[in-house]
Amino acid sequence: MKVTLFIPCFVDLCFPRVGMSMVTILERLGHQVTFHEDVICCGQPAFNSGFWEETRVVARKVLQRLESSEAVVIASGSCGAMMKVFYPEIFDHAPEAPAARALAAKCFEFSEFLVNRLGVTDLGARFPAKVTFHDGCHGLRELGAKKPARALLSRVKDLTLVEMKDAETCCGFGGTFAAKFPMISTAMGEVKCLSAEETGADYIVSNDSSCLMHVQGLLDRQGKKVKTIHLAEILASA
Amino acid sequence: MSEILKLFKAQASKVAGDLRHRSLIQTALGKYETQRDRRKAAFQSWEEARQVAAETKWEAMRSLDEHLVSFVNKLEARGTRVHWASNGVQARDIILGVIRAKKARCVIKSKAMTAEEIHLNEAMEKEGYEVVESDLGEFIVQLRKEAPYHIVFPAMHLTRDEISDLFHRELGSAQTSDPEELTMIARRALRKKYIAADIGITGANFAIAETGMISITENEGNARLTAALPKTMITLLGIEKVLPRMADLALFLPMLATAGAGQPITCYNSLYGGPRRPGEPDGPEEYHVVLLDNRRTELLADAEQRDALHCIRCGACLNVCPIYRNVGGHTYGTTYSGPIGSVITPHLRGLQDWKHLSAASSLCGACTETCPVKINLHHHLLHNRRNAAAQNPNWIEKTAFRVFGTVMNSLALYRVVRAAARCLQPLHGLVKGGPFDPARAWTKTRELAPVAPKTFREQWKERA
Amino acid sequence: MTERENILGRIREALKTPAPRPGGHAGQDHDSLTASSPARTAAVHAREWLPPVPETAEGQLALFAAHSADLKTDFRTLPDADAFASALRDLAAQLGWKRVASHNGDLTFRATEGLDLPILRVDAGYDVNEMEDCDAGVTECDALVAQTGSVVLTSRSAGGRALSVLPPHHVVLARLSQLVRDLPAAFALLQAKYSYDYPSFMTFITGPSRTGDIERILVLGAHGPKKLTILCADH
Repeated sequence: MKVTLFIPCFVDLCFPRVGMSMVTILERLGHQVTFHEDVICCGQPAFNSGFWEETRVVARKVLQRLESSEAVVIASGSCGAMMKVFYPEIFDHAPEAPAARALAAKCFEFSEFLVNRLGVTDLGARFPAKVTFHDGCHGLRELGAKKPARALLSRVKDLTLVEMKDAETCCGFGGTFAAKFPMISTAMGEVKCLSAEETGADYIVSNDSSCLMHVQGLLDRQGKKVKTIHLAEILASA
Repeated sequence: MSEILKLFKAQASKVAGDLRHRSLIQTALGKYETQRDRRKAAFQSWEEARQVAAETKWEAMRSLDEHLVSFVNKLEARGTRVHWASNGVQARDIILGVIRAKKARCVIKSKAMTAEEIHLNEAMEKEGYEVVESDLGEFIVQLRKEAPYHIVFPAMHLTRDEISDLFHRELGSAQTSDPEELTMIARRALRKKYIAADIGITGANFAIAETGMISITENEGNARLTAALPKTMITLLGIEKVLPRMADLALFLPMLATAGAGQPITCYNSLYGGPRRPGEPDGPEEYHVVLLDNRRTELLADAEQRDALHCIRCGACLNVCPIYRNVGGHTYGTTYSGPIGSVITPHLRGLQDWKHLSAASSLCGACTETCPVKINLHHHLLHNRRNAAAQNPNWIEKTAFRVFGTVMNSLALYRVVRAAARCLQPLHGLVKGGPFDPARAWTKTRELAPVAPKTFREQWKERA
Repeated sequence: MTERENILGRIREALKTPAPRPGGHAGQDHDSLTASSPARTAAVHAREWLPPVPETAEGQLALFAAHSADLKTDFRTLPDADAFASALRDLAAQLGWKRVASHNGDLTFRATEGLDLPILRVDAGYDVNEMEDCDAGVTECDALVAQTGSVVLTSRSAGGRALSVLPPHHVVLARLSQLVRDLPAAFALLQAKYSYDYPSFMTFITGPSRTGDIERILVLGAHGPKKLTILCADH
């Protein structure tokens, strides 16, 4: 299959390994990976701040450039939700509505794509560590993807998954929220870090780099030992 | 920044960093979650039940006018006086008018969020009436002269020791750390009040259109006593409380209890259809029902967010909300707190003054997921943000997002920004976290992820 | 214009724009969202999704008993209605009742007559301070609900509004034939029995009065009865 990767701006800049791991995995499975260098962002920051017209400017380009793709794999549950759920909403009753619905139908968050679309769970990965999984809210609730990531982790050799308390509770990132209400965002992050630490895990794994960026930022500041890692990086390791 | 927002931020910072508050709320709500999950699992399908409940309320709203007329006609036919109030002032005047006409002195109240909404207690006290809240939690916060912390658990933020101190100070009771003994102190104090009260005021959980009845759900029996002993009974309720049929309660009562408190069904679910009937030994001689609009019709006119009127005030969205859990109920500064409060307060009290509540959310969606009547809560926060920006945009923000759009649509500009970020990154260390750091909102408590030596795009290009 | 007309006018104006059917999301296929097909309502569909109830009478009785135990309701079955009187006498002796309030129902009258105690009969009106002095309120009921362990009673069947909530102990006298399977059946029963002229008060009582308002710790007897006893007679 010809798979188009959507790499969100912050993954491009700060977490390129996550994107490269996805390329490795998809190619290993025999798929042809394409990437449009000029598709940079889904427009979520503007959307979340209430600026829908400014969002549409960005979204129109995404719709147009991904129109002919067979399947689009998105490297973040949050951007996935934007394209799958909110594009149809911001273009509701607009001329772009059919295109938005068509794109929504072929968009997949990475773990969801592997498990639900390709039917793959065992990627032959090995990762000798104790990990706990944090469900990114958008992937979990907008896309309903709770099981795929765990199905994939369960097949990684030498990996132990321990669920943390309130795995489904938000880490407090929330995009612009983290900067607009840092005190609330930080408190939420602290609760999350504590739950993860209580498990005694070496790594906090997620399928959303935005959550991990927030959690790692807190852990680093507090000098905590536990590290964050994206699911794709684990699956690409052998 | 408006005064309301300043206060919110100050209060939020204070409570969010209060570890004692954090652990108190987590313990209380942890118990709730365990019980709720057990009760949800008992349903044949909780998800289907939610859908049916949502459709029932949708139907109720779709013909709200007809349902209200039926409700009122049935009530009036049994001798109830029904009053209509467009706003809080009218509702207060109606209620004060009834109290004056009865030459009453003492009013006993059972829990009613609509009464909080129109500041009824203050109005009655100003006129010199003695007003006593009878729900234990409400009684406690009334003694503390503060607003309910939570729409279902008004005193959740207090420990037994704080309550013991309060009772000792206000009621002269002996100190105790036994919740049962504390409950009995309140029971004894309130028994006298029920018997002495001339007026009983209640809220309502549902208004049954088909039979013209008020449905009240409670655990303690205080609403039942309020509706049984005083000679005059008044019920204040919002016009959105309608359910079309009495039998709809067969689903709504267990769902309200499950979502609200993790109970299979609440202890007392009572229906009131009018004053004492011939042949009945007791009950009020007069029954007044006050229907309150107070801008609910404005929310009704917003078809996109009309489902916010489906709310049955179970409080489930507050319980799961990580914002609520970290900032606490009082920080909101509103009658209705938590996600539902953030959604409806801008409609009830003005978008520009209350839009910050919609911004103060990570949009995690736990509220929408838990809502028993499937209100699209977190998406409505996005709708409020959109409406607020469209009505009165912050021009700095708007310009920033215009620039953002231009950059994200141009690979060349994006490369410039990337290069700039790389150059500035080493310098950031000099101001990081300090007062001159432009990213201080982030870096005060968190490290910033560095730009990678080679971005994904650069690595992708190298492969080709 | 009256406020009634004002409010109804605003409602009618607001409802000119239809709202999408719940459970969908803006941007989805519109036909499925605003379909004018009737809603699936709780009144019709509740039974399909509520907690399941056994089909047999024995199963329903066992479920009611199990709920009662959970709720801390003292539920006892008696061989027949003649046993009410002795059961009440035992309770009175055991708990040291000094005065009891009740109403003149078929079951309650016979059962309380045998008590060697002053009885406050509420039917023709009563002094609330006297009821406050009573140790127990003895009432009949309209139904028992297996699904929830609830007692259904009304101001007509159970001596008004206060008798079942003011005294610290509420004793219900019921017949096994009054046990209905679930909440939909209970509402159907109320409708069949009273829809020509509803009593002013009807209630579902599920366990003794309770509160969790202090640290979410369960305490019984918040304002209503601390004890609820249900005596249920087989035929």
